[in-house]
Formats: sequence, C-alpha cells, structure tokens
Amino acid sequence: MSIHAEIQATVGGFAIRAAFDAPAGTCTAVVGPNGAGKTTLIHALAGLVALERGKIVLAGQVVDDPARRRRVPPERRPIALHSQHNLLFPHLSVADNVAFGPRCSGLAARAARRRAEEWLEKVGLAEAAGLRPAQLSGGQAQRAGLARAAACQPEVLLLDESLAALDAETRTDVRHLLADLSATRVLITHDPVEARLLADQLLVMETGEIVQAGAPEEVAANPRTPWTAGLLGVNLLSGRAAGTEVALDCGLALTTATPMTGPVLVAFSPAAVTLSTAEPHTSARNTWEAEVGRVQPEGDRVKVFLGPPAPCRVWVTPQAVGELGLEAGSRCWASLKATELTVRQA
Amino acid sequence: MSRRPPVGVLAMAGVAIGVLGLPLVGLLQRTPWSSLGATLGEAATLEALRVSAVVSLAAAAVSVMLGLPLAWVLARLPFRGRALVRAVVLLPMVLPPVVGGIALFFALGRRGLIGRALQNGFGVDTLIGTTAGAVIAAAFVAMPFFVITAEAGLRQLDPRLESAAATLGAGRWTVLRRITLPLLAPSLAAGATLSWARALGEFGATITFAGNHPGRTRTLPLAIAQANEAGQPEAAIAMSVLLIAVSLVVLVGLRHRWLAPRRRWPEPSQEIPSP
Repeated sequence: MSIHAEIQATVGGFAIRAAFDAPAGTCTAVVGPNGAGKTTLIHALAGLVALERGKIVLAGQVVDDPARRRRVPPERRPIALHSQHNLLFPHLSVADNVAFGPRCSGLAARAARRRAEEWLEKVGLAEAAGLRPAQLSGGQAQRAGLARAAACQPEVLLLDESLAALDAETRTDVRHLLADLSATRVLITHDPVEARLLADQLLVMETGEIVQAGAPEEVAANPRTPWTAGLLGVNLLSGRAAGTEVALDCGLALTTATPMTGPVLVAFSPAAVTLSTAEPHTSARNTWEAEVGRVQPEGDRVKVFLGPPAPCRVWVTPQAVGELGLEAGSRCWASLKATELTVRQA
Repeated sequence: MSRRPPVGVLAMAGVAIGVLGLPLVGLLQRTPWSSLGATLGEAATLEALRVSAVVSLAAAAVSVMLGLPLAWVLARLPFRGRALVRAVVLLPMVLPPVVGGIALFFALGRRGLIGRALQNGFGVDTLIGTTAGAVIAAAFVAMPFFVITAEAGLRQLDPRLESAAATLGAGRWTVLRRITLPLLAPSLAAGATLSWARALGEFGATITFAGNHPGRTRTLPLAIAQANEAGQPEAAIAMSVLLIAVSLVVLVGLRHRWLAPRRRWPEPSQEIPSP
C-alpha cells in the first residue's frame, strides 16, 4: 500500500512540514535529532494528530484532507502503530495485548489467540504469553508491543524506535523479522546501521522539516548537514575550493581528487584516516598534526576525536591506541588520501 | 534501621484513637445484647431498614449514572469556569446537609423553581414525602463522593493507552469497554461504595426535604433519631449498632482497594529467557 503524505501539523506550539511518498511494500526510515518532529509525523499518518493543511493518501484512499473536511479516525485507517513507550494495556495479559488488534478486526477469540501466539513466538516471547506487562523487562515489553502492532497485519506499519531497547543479538533477529514484512513500513530510528540495513528510503528531519531524503547510501555519501554526517559516521567539513585545493573553514588546506570551485562540503569516512606518531612520508596527499581529544571504544574498534586544525572522528584498532600512546591531550599526525575525499558543492 | 518511635507522637496517636473510638465503646457497653434480636425484629425497624436499603442503593446508582459522565467532563474537557463547576459539584460535601435540604425544598418543592414545572408539565404532584424525594436528597449529598473519586481515577489513566487502542483498530465503544472502564474499575468501585455509605448515613437533607414518613422516607438514621427523642433508647441503640456493623463491614471490604492500596499485579514468577 503506497503512502502519499503532505503534512502540516502543530503539536504543543511546534509545527512540522513534511512531504514524502513511499511505494507499496517499502521501508522508509525517519532519522533526526530529538525534537525534530519525527513522532508527530508518524502520529499524523496514524490519525492521532490532525493536519492543519495537506493531505494523506494511503493506496489511493484519502484518509486526511482538511481542505475537504475529510478525516478518517485512527481505528478505520489501514495502519498499526508501535509507540516507543510500548503502551501495553496493564490489565491484559501479554497474549491478550497481542490479540487485541486481531479481535478488533473481527477475528474470533480463538483465532485471535492463535495469531497472538504466532507473533509472540516470532519475537521470542512465547513463554511470556500469560504474564502481565508489568512483569516484562524493557526489551521484552518492546518486543511485545511490536508483536501487538504486527499482529494487526496492517497495510501500513508505523514503528517509533521499535528496536531501541533491544540488546544487539535480539535486535538483529527483530530487524530480520521487520525486513521480511510485506507491509509498507515507516520507521523512526536513531541507529544508522538499522536505517541503512532496513530502509529503502531515508528521511532526515530537523526542526520540523525534512532536510534530506533519498536512498540510505545516497544520503550517507552526500550528507547535507553535520547531523546527518555524524549519524551516518561520515566526517563532514565545509570550506572553499579552488581546483583540487580546498581551504577548510577551520584553517586546514586539503588536496582532493575532484576539481571544484566555490563553497564545498568535504566528506570522508572515519576509517580513511591513518594516525602516526611522527610526520609520515607516504603517498597520502594530506597530512597534518593534530591534538587528540576524546578516545572512545566502540565495540571492537576505538573512535578517536581529533581536535584542531580539522575536527573529525577516526576509527583505529585498540592495538593502535596502545602503540601510538593515544590519549586525550596527546599529539599525533593524521594522513588522508585525496581519493578518499568526497567533495560536494555546498 | 529501626528507631524507637518518639513518645510524643505515640501519645497523640493514642489520644486520637480515644477520641474516635470511645463513643463507640460507650454505645456498645450500653447495648442491650440479650434483647437486641427482638428489638431489631420489630416491624418499624425492619421497615426503616428496607427504606434505608432502597434509598441508599438508588442514590448510589443515580450517583454512578450521572456522576461518571460528570467526572469525565471535569477530567477530560478543558472549558472556562471548570474550577467553578467543580466547586459547585463538591459543595454538598462541606455544606451542612440541612442547608442542602432547604435548598432542595426551594428548587423542587411545590412552589419551587422546578417543582411547579414538574407539577404542571409531568403531573408530578410533589416529591416531598415520597421515597423518590428521599433518594434525591441522599444523591445530593452522596454524588460528590463518587465524582471526586472517579475524576481522580480518570486523571491517573494514561490517555495514550486509549490512543494506542485506536491505532490497533478499536472504535470508541470498544476502547471504553475494553480499556477505559476496566482500568477505571477500582476507582469506580471505591467511589460507588463511598457514595453508598454516605447515602446510608444521610439524615439532615432527607428530613428537611423529604420529611419523616414511615415506610416512605423514614430511613434508619431518621428512625434512630425518632426513637431517641421518643424515649426509647434501647431501640435507638440497637439500630445504631446495626448501622455501625454494616459500615464496618464495608470499610473492611474496601481496605484493599482504597484505604491501603496494594500492588495490583503479582511479582514475576519466572524469568523469561531471551531468544
């Protein structure tokens, strides 16, 4: 079921303006800083927030069109919503929570119960069927909430940070589960890996507007704001280009492989930078001495924040940290091949 | 860490228990236990008991039926003057009941504001002296107890749960039936019981508005006062003991839900392994 949305809505004095299309069966990931209006966007699709202007069309059926005074209430839209707060019904067992949607759609009690058990099985909560929501851990409650929304077998599934409370292993399982669903999915996430793995389309929201939209790889390669670059792990520096020379705003000059003129954005992966203790003599066109800021382990690698002249993030191995004596306040040399730089007109 | 409780606090608490409990002891030591059964079995007593049961239950029912929508409006609808409306609704809780009775008389009596309309329009001769009148007087003082309890319950209920139900396909009626009312049930039960207990003990508004007519408006409290004034202390004491017994049973029954709320759900009996 395809989605066509032109949304203008205000909640608590905060206005959002967002328009996007999603073909049937695709997954759209919405990313953005806290308070960007992502939840409001999803609530507008669900019908929990009224549009001031605009239009929402689900598979050709207009469900919201204030200009024509048309507004289909949430329970009659072909949607199901999983909120980040889960909102499990405290007086019902986990199984009855999951069976709630199927019951509302007219399924008989026994069939609804069977569907609930299937979904609890899929999210690995089969044994929790008889428990009350208050007895679940955070991750279990999130899986139960997800199962409750999915058990409605909606044509559009709206997911508000549905994987945030899961541990790494469960998260992978649930991500595969989400990827296999046939519903058109709209998913809010803070996890760049999740966004890149699940989404056919990425929407970046900041201060109530969609600032960038496109395929995840496309957005990662061509991030338009520092926030997007940070989210996708890419370093992004602005400057002014003259040929293959870029004078960065921060003072450093970089050599690139792509001639350009005027204001540009230079992007490079944190993995593209090599660190050394002495001034390196390599084929890399760009070398500079920098002060080490924070040194932060991330899984099996370490993220090193470099200070002036070019603030950026660098990934190194834990061994390298020891060998180079990297710690906050120490100095090191950075080298970066010109071919690793992506330059875009700003 | 356990410390000896301060002696002063214990002493004051003891005095408080005395103030509240001594009258009860005074009544019980004067109770003619041997003739209690016979006194309570008298026709007049049984009649007052019947009137009390009918009037208090009907008043509680009226309080729930009208009070629940009112509580919903007060809890969920923001409107100008809501504070004033709430004050008016709760006024009967602080007003001397006799004032309520007089007010009801001028509103619903033969020459009252609405009484005349009732007489002309609906052929209702008068509410005064009827059981219906006693029910109205009791509901007037009892309904605020239900409204205040139900409103508090509604305010504690997370409206996002109702929205969540809607996004799962539940219409208004289903949300009310399967989410709102079940979650509200403890508050509604407590509020209904409180208003019933208040109606059972009602005296001033009833005698002022509905009068003291045996078999129609003479409830147990009215019968007790009547017996006491007529020089029949044994009958008054016997009926008082009956009222006390009924009230105690209700308060003890309410203990779990209202006086000392406990955890509503049992502790987890097992750990659920992750997949």
